[in-house]
Amino acid sequence: MSQSAIRIRAVIRKEFQEYRRNRFIIYTMGTLPLIFTALPVITLFSISNTEAPSIVKTQVAITLLLLLVIPVVLPATIAAYSVIGERDQGTLEPLLTTPVTREEFLLGKSLAATIPTVGVAYTFFIVLVVAIRLGASSVVAHQVWQPSWFLAELLFAPLLAAWSVWVGTAISARSSDVRVAQQLGTLASLPALVLPLLMSLQVFKPTAAVAIVIALALAAIDVGAWRIVSKMFDRERLITGASAVTMRAEAGT
Amino acid sequence: MTWQGWLITAIAVGGAVGALAGVQKTAGEILLVGVVGLYLALAFSLGGTKRQVVTDSRASGSDDDPELENGAAKVIVPPEIYGTQTPREIAEEIISRSGKFADTAEDGASSDSVIVVSHLTKQFGQRVAFEDVSFNVHRGEVFGFLGPNGAGKTSTVRTLSTLVSPTSGTAQVAGIPLNADRDVEIRHRIAVMTEVPGLYLRLSVTENLAFFAGLYGYRDAQPRIDRALEAVNLSSRASDLCGSLSKGLRQRVGLARALLNDPEIIFLDEPTAGLDPVASLEVHDLIIDLRDKGVTVFLTTHRLDEAEKLCDRVAILNTTLRTVGRIDDLRQRMFHKSILVSTAVPLADPEGLFSSIGSVAGWSTDDTGGYVLTVSDVRVAAPAIARALVAAGADVLSLVEGHHSLEEVYLELVGAGSMGGVR
Repeated sequence: MSQSAIRIRAVIRKEFQEYRRNRFIIYTMGTLPLIFTALPVITLFSISNTEAPSIVKTQVAITLLLLLVIPVVLPATIAAYSVIGERDQGTLEPLLTTPVTREEFLLGKSLAATIPTVGVAYTFFIVLVVAIRLGASSVVAHQVWQPSWFLAELLFAPLLAAWSVWVGTAISARSSDVRVAQQLGTLASLPALVLPLLMSLQVFKPTAAVAIVIALALAAIDVGAWRIVSKMFDRERLITGASAVTMRAEAGT
Repeated sequence: MTWQGWLITAIAVGGAVGALAGVQKTAGEILLVGVVGLYLALAFSLGGTKRQVVTDSRASGSDDDPELENGAAKVIVPPEIYGTQTPREIAEEIISRSGKFADTAEDGASSDSVIVVSHLTKQFGQRVAFEDVSFNVHRGEVFGFLGPNGAGKTSTVRTLSTLVSPTSGTAQVAGIPLNADRDVEIRHRIAVMTEVPGLYLRLSVTENLAFFAGLYGYRDAQPRIDRALEAVNLSSRASDLCGSLSKGLRQRVGLARALLNDPEIIFLDEPTAGLDPVASLEVHDLIIDLRDKGVTVFLTTHRLDEAEKLCDRVAILNTTLRTVGRIDDLRQRMFHKSILVSTAVPLADPEGLFSSIGSVAGWSTDDTGGYVLTVSDVRVAAPAIARALVAAGADVLSLVEGHHSLEEVYLELVGAGSMGGVR
């Protein structure tokens, strides 16, 4: 294992240890998806085989869309805390005096937020589709068990989570207050749902091809966001509150 | 409203008007306009945020404060400024003679120098943190970095430890030039213990150290962690949560963390701040151990007794560098040698008595009614003074060499600069 991989793993492991010690994070991760999906799932189970196909289709689309809210919302607050939280508890400066690079640090932080989120999202999706197969009416089961929805969940969950993480991290790297960072982070991550929303609203026909195209678009956005966030991670600004480039310009050197 | 604000408003209004006028026919299009607006707002609020106030509480240095360049271990006060000048006048002379008699850092640098700083300046916008600072630190020495609050000490440490980049000037740390391309290389070879230990309070001592060992890229770090804990006498608390430790113990964990990578240079920023005397003593012992092992210690401290006890050399900074040297050398150059005489009864004619002794350059009385005699050589003057006092029938209670603390040196140098030489 390269030194870089060891450093990234160290960041991830530390984050997981902190999650474990702060049970509130775990409880939130578990309960938030329940709140999001409870009502639409109940509605799905109440649909009978005689229901009009358009209603079934819409209800399934809304439910599956809400499942995609999970990877967007869950990591947003964690990511928004990632940098400013370190600064707040005085750990950022010692951390930045080690050989860890900003890319390694950010990648470790983002993976630590993304991995559990995707795990929770997949778990909820699997539980839901299996439950629908076993307990819901056949029209609902038929509508849910479409390859395009499976593909969408498989591809969109990590990509949406990654987007949410990068947006949250960017805000975290520039904010001076944890609360503001977390609120802004959640708010700023939501627009990423536009692409799956357009698919759910049938603006795009939900086919496997459309899912792949949207996934590619999200992936491109994620890569762009990663590059921007890396550039925004300015050690000097984080430590002193002012950017080196700005200061050099002001000092006229 | 700024132009960004007008732009966002225009997009929002345009979207609304477009929707009402039926230009945007689908919900998707309206949604996209809204999203673009939201992101523009966020982008401007993040990118256009006014630069936050610099968190360092540094005082801006006076631009005309001249500094003193000097070479490592060089005596920085020239002999010609001795004589009848007071320490205050000598301090002012040192500062006013900036660069005229001192060696440059380059001249003083040797193959034994692990830190070479040359004309280094750091400005936060228009505010000067430190200016035109030059000094060298030798391998295996404890180098004290002293100065009042806001003098630029922490900024200097942050610059040398690659956390902030200098505005101008050059430096080498562990033989590596200080520049952005090689900062990781430098960070492999140094360790920094900040004033606040900066520990993850929900993690145990071992977990904290394991995390930092991982950041250094060590695969199996347990032996290192054990050694570091043993060095700071914390092995028995290895599995305790850091949040449950006292301030002193947290400081020791911070020190253990700084030892993980066997650094060539260790920067200690106020390592004993807030510690009780026993804990401070343990830290002192640890610093001495480090020096004995050949580690260079760059010690930033407010505690002059600590500096006097531990440091091989000290630098005094007050935005500009006031002096660098061995404490004894500074003391000797700053203050005239003196002998303190105490008698049971005041002398009848002290002027007549002391002026008759050839090795006594001058005299004065102190607060206790004793006499302070200025001499050029204590070994020569002391016997002559004793003989003269006995011959004059004086009841001598004591006759001792005058001693000046680092604090006196510090106050003269820092006070002279910061008060413009007027007191």
